[in-house]
Amino acid sequence: MIEATGLTKRYGEKIAVQDLSFTVQPGVVTGFLGPNGAGKSTTMRMLLGLDRPSAGTARINGRSYDQLKAPLCEVGALLEAKAIHTGRSARNHLLALAATHGIGRRRVDDVLDLVGLSHVAGKRAGGFSLGMGQRLGIASALLGDPHTLILDEPVNGLDPEGILWIRTLLRRLAEEGRTVFVSSHLMSEMSLTATHLIVVGQGRLIADASVAELTAASGRSVVRVRTEEAPRLRDLLADDGVEISSTERDLLTVVGLTSTQIGRVAAEARIALIELTPQQASLEEAFMELTRDAVEFGTPMEGAAAV
Amino acid sequence: MSGIATTTVPPALAPIDASYGVTQRRVAVSEWIKFRSLRSTWWSIGVALLISIGLGIVFSALRGHDIEHNGGFEVDQTALSLRGFYLAQLAVGVLGVLSITGEYSTGMIRATLSAVPKRVPVWLAKIGVFAAAIFVVTLIAAFIAFFTGQAVLSSYHSSGLFGATGFGLGQTHPLGVSLGHPGSVRAIFGAALYMVGVGLLGIGCGFAIRNTGGAIAALFGLILVLPLLAQALPSSLQVHVVKYLPLLAGTAGMNTATDGDQLGPWAGLGVFAIYVVVALGIGLVVLRRRDA
Repeated sequence: MIEATGLTKRYGEKIAVQDLSFTVQPGVVTGFLGPNGAGKSTTMRMLLGLDRPSAGTARINGRSYDQLKAPLCEVGALLEAKAIHTGRSARNHLLALAATHGIGRRRVDDVLDLVGLSHVAGKRAGGFSLGMGQRLGIASALLGDPHTLILDEPVNGLDPEGILWIRTLLRRLAEEGRTVFVSSHLMSEMSLTATHLIVVGQGRLIADASVAELTAASGRSVVRVRTEEAPRLRDLLADDGVEISSTERDLLTVVGLTSTQIGRVAAEARIALIELTPQQASLEEAFMELTRDAVEFGTPMEGAAAV
Repeated sequence: MSGIATTTVPPALAPIDASYGVTQRRVAVSEWIKFRSLRSTWWSIGVALLISIGLGIVFSALRGHDIEHNGGFEVDQTALSLRGFYLAQLAVGVLGVLSITGEYSTGMIRATLSAVPKRVPVWLAKIGVFAAAIFVVTLIAAFIAFFTGQAVLSSYHSSGLFGATGFGLGQTHPLGVSLGHPGSVRAIFGAALYMVGVGLLGIGCGFAIRNTGGAIAALFGLILVLPLLAQALPSSLQVHVVKYLPLLAGTAGMNTATDGDQLGPWAGLGVFAIYVVVALGIGLVVLRRRDA
């Protein structure tokens, strides 16, 4: 279990992470979502004790990272930039990390096998593609068979086969009861992998909810209506709790009414509809909306807190 | 990338028991694996060996030839054969710097400190492994440089007229000295200790500055440029300052015949050790305080 309490990181005047509190539970994949520069990597570095928080605490299984006696056996981490010396072979990189914990050569060969790098284990990591680098990073994360995994943008640079591989691996690891915390700036990716989401924007918490809840909350009924009598229909539909916007002369976007309700109103007023399309707001749109607010106003939207 | 085990679960590791965990000894083993698994390590050591032994031979031959033909004498044959270490220190110093800044420039340091979050064991292990390895290698190099250098010197003969060893007029004698010559063994160890010190100074600069170029500039600014700057001082002051600077203090142990402008061998190495300790100390403070 990962617990962040009031986590804050300031670089001089600039605030990278502000008063961030959340809990990551074992047994499910938890996505850590936010646009680039939202403070995800900084947060993950603070969890791993690499960056010192300006305020707040980060705890893993109840203890701060630097108090762990066998960190690699409790937490496996993949950091965004390849944390690998380019001049060293994949096997020697893993052997050096394993040696700090007294983990043997067999386990190194096992994790190399697992990520599919055995055939290039003796090659210098500097010559690896981004995808191979990610695989090596994942191999190091799994070295100590840790109960908690913290992975920063693990699908970055992977080919489609690799992406499928990592999704399957993450779900399997979570099913085994591990805590899996994965960051991404891609909602679409998270919606396929994660069960729970922690959404940040500008270093602040925007949402902490399950994927299902998030989709439901933002799945307000949105209907596209195209008619030559747009102004008249607009007046007829106008009501409390109904939002109507228009980007084209004959197009209305209606929020708060179903397509059935709109169709009836139009029929009664004898207004010919050219198009009537109900639209389910996707998770992607919900995310865009949430984070856009954070970017524009620099504060979380009030409604979002309820999400 | 064929044969990727697409959906395999990680193979079960033997249940985690108390035997897995970070200890200082294990961190040292890890640093030793890192040290020997980089090509740059072997290049630097190779170059240092080649330069220290090769230049010792060249200088001994040139000096021997000169004395045999033009007369004169050599007061410190041991130091002459060890002269190549003045150039070899560049390779050793750069290796020390790179052992730290290489981790920062590639991001490896984050993997290192994730495995050993307490940081101090990493600092200790890097120092220990580097010092032990460089001491062994440069000590062997110094012995080889001494023996080859003296062998070359001994192929030349002095008339004995100005010989320092008290041969009478008309007798000739080989120029080289044996290992039993007063101070020779100490000078050989002194050369190895100076090399270790230069490398550790590089490690200190590396931890403190993190950037390769900056750390190398700081290291050799300290060793090579400071004495040049000191030459601008009034000569009465210069004598008292220069001998305490890293270069002259650190190399004091490599001479068998000290002149008045240099500290004694152990006093010199002692002063040099203070520079090394201060640099490593600053490096430790930066390592512990600053974000990785």
